Amino acid sequence: MTIRKTVLAGSLAAVTLFAAACSNNTGSSNAGTSGENGNGSSAGATKTITVAYGKWNETDNWGKWLTSVKEEFENANPGVKVELNAIEGSQYATKIPLLMMDEKTAPEVLAEDSFMINADSEAGYLEPLAVDTWDDWSNFNEGIKAAVTGTDGKIYGVPFSTDVRGLYYNKVLFEQAGLPVPWEPKTWDDILTASRTIKAQLPDVIPFWMNSSKAGQEATTMQTLQMLLYGTDDTMFEDGKWVTESPGLLSSLEFINTIYSEGMGPKLSQVMTAQAGQILETDLMPNNKVAIALNGNWLTGNWAPTGGKPWPEALDVYGFAKMPTQNGQGQGFTSMSGGWTLSVGAKSAEKELGFKFIQLATSKEHNKEFAMLDGALTPRTDVAADTEYTGQPGTLYGVAAEFITYTHVRPTNSDYPAVSTAVQEMVEKVASASLKPEAAMKDYAKSVERKVGAEKVMAK
Amino acid sequence: MGDTNNRSSKRKRNGNRSEQWRAALFLSPTWVLLLLFFFIPGALTFYLAFTNMALTGAAAANTEFVGFQNFTYMFQDETFRISVWNTIVFLIFSAVVGQQVLGFLIAFLMNGRNQTFRSIIGSIVISGWVAPEVVTAFVWFAFLNDTGTVNAIIESIGFKPITWLYTFPMVAVIIANIWRGTAFSMMVFQTALSDVPKEVEEAAMIDGASPWQRLVRITIPMIMSSVVTNMVLITLQTLGSFTLIFALTGGGPGNSTETLPLYMYHQAFVNYQLGYGTAISLILLLIGIIASLLYMKLLKVKL
Repeated sequence: MTIRKTVLAGSLAAVTLFAAACSNNTGSSNAGTSGENGNGSSAGATKTITVAYGKWNETDNWGKWLTSVKEEFENANPGVKVELNAIEGSQYATKIPLLMMDEKTAPEVLAEDSFMINADSEAGYLEPLAVDTWDDWSNFNEGIKAAVTGTDGKIYGVPFSTDVRGLYYNKVLFEQAGLPVPWEPKTWDDILTASRTIKAQLPDVIPFWMNSSKAGQEATTMQTLQMLLYGTDDTMFEDGKWVTESPGLLSSLEFINTIYSEGMGPKLSQVMTAQAGQILETDLMPNNKVAIALNGNWLTGNWAPTGGKPWPEALDVYGFAKMPTQNGQGQGFTSMSGGWTLSVGAKSAEKELGFKFIQLATSKEHNKEFAMLDGALTPRTDVAADTEYTGQPGTLYGVAAEFITYTHVRPTNSDYPAVSTAVQEMVEKVASASLKPEAAMKDYAKSVERKVGAEKVMAK
Repeated sequence: MGDTNNRSSKRKRNGNRSEQWRAALFLSPTWVLLLLFFFIPGALTFYLAFTNMALTGAAAANTEFVGFQNFTYMFQDETFRISVWNTIVFLIFSAVVGQQVLGFLIAFLMNGRNQTFRSIIGSIVISGWVAPEVVTAFVWFAFLNDTGTVNAIIESIGFKPITWLYTFPMVAVIIANIWRGTAFSMMVFQTALSDVPKEVEEAAMIDGASPWQRLVRITIPMIMSSVVTNMVLITLQTLGSFTLIFALTGGGPGNSTETLPLYMYHQAFVNYQLGYGTAISLILLLIGIIASLLYMKLLKVKL
């Protein structure tokens, strides 16, 4: 009897201990948070807002900008503490929806790639912003506002950057290979001819560099495939349907195939990793290892005095040429523009404070600070007219203004993110020669059909 | 007589009942925990595999039941087929052949050797097992990458470097997994071998059995149940192996090291198709069950 009682008591004690351990946990974590709040401000902070953003490299220009906004915001709003949550860039696209989907983790403010706006607003992750009560909103570029408007007509994000894409070409290498400088390709064949010349004359140089892998994520879709496709007679999305098979798409894949099969692309072991972009910007280009690179205007941010690889002569060495259309059709040139916005998490606690933070972060002063720090194009018309901004050396702001007249934006459709990953798979299969262009396109068509439904795809 | 019998059986029944209550009481915390952390998530996973649940987009707000759609698509999905094949290759070469055989060999050769020798070799092998998976991956990355140790050696003796992780990605992850997992098999076999009675082997030796005959006819049959247990354990471990491959090759280049766990991750968290990812995890579970049953059947051992 006594033994039985002891055992019973013991097991009860164990259960109690377990329960206590559980409740202790929550207790201590609560204590932790309130402690942090208490330490945060001498006034005794009562509210905390979280700002989630992508840390793309060690330079962390976004972090520098948001830290300066945070300090000003905390001074102007006593009792409010701003916590910056820097998310590693290559994990950003995965982690941000996971954070947004739960009330406990949803950040008040988050950096949102504009192509995700439709998907995330339909998922109920984003809060519509009351921009009609905000005077400053009229200073934003009208074209860019379209990209942040949801299918319901509401505004889900305030843009803080935009961009254009084109061809960086190395003037030194071009002269060595006997190619003309300035270089003005008129068709894709001109690009291939120049690449072949480089390959023949300068065997140690990578003739043509482009993002080509799943690891490159959206960069592969936009800087590579769309820069090609939107220079053909076809696009990705027409009349509410995804064009999954078209002559233009096939030509684009054949261009990629030509580059890689003739050995004019980078080594696959280089371009297939998540670090490919950083290697290009801080190693290959500054060391004159790349003749032509299809990429965006923001690369100059890395080469600024505050960047990861300060390089004052960058734009003496590299010119930035317009990307020609396939056969010179249409306006003759093409470009793609995207951009990032700051949005408010729909499931977060302090949504009003979040919007207030965004207003400060995208104000004329802070947006100019950001654009000049990061080499991004501003979405604000007043900053774009600012001579300190336009005259900043080592940037492509002047050239970019012309590029923007040829530009395209990505399909604003909530299925876009899912389709974009299918594009990346398709490009990687062609670049790594695991499938021929035609077969890769067929695979893409199947994959998109499953993701969006048979009624939303078409072949041309 | 009848009276006593009756009474004793009654007492027995009473005793049984109170014993059952006691057993139930003691087991209840376990059952509650299993229910909370195992059965409910398991059932939920099973259910979600039949939905279009997504991480973003309209499907994230309204998840719908889609029947067998995820599974029918799976069988038309080229990448799925590739990753099933990769999983099987990875499993057979790194677990069944590599870890099992090498682990047994090391344990067998160490058996009965000098204690100092055993402890030195043992701790070297086990260091691969002690290091976290991501550290193992980093070590092998530092060793095999384009400018890694192997290529530095190769270049210093005048040969052209080889892009190991790109040219032989599957071989690289298999070797890394063998390097890591062999210690576990070795420990299992060490214990098993030390339980084989010396007398049996000595008797066989006196009867004129050669060392090979002793190994195949005496030692291995006597440790057969350990062989199967070990095989099941390392199979399940290898099937679920994610960190090592993810950190070493990320499933690439192309899809050449995309095993099912990586494909599941990519579908669920990169392509935002949570429902499809969950369906893949069910298939992974199925492969694990089939493989375990197969071993037991083939080797005629009950666990």
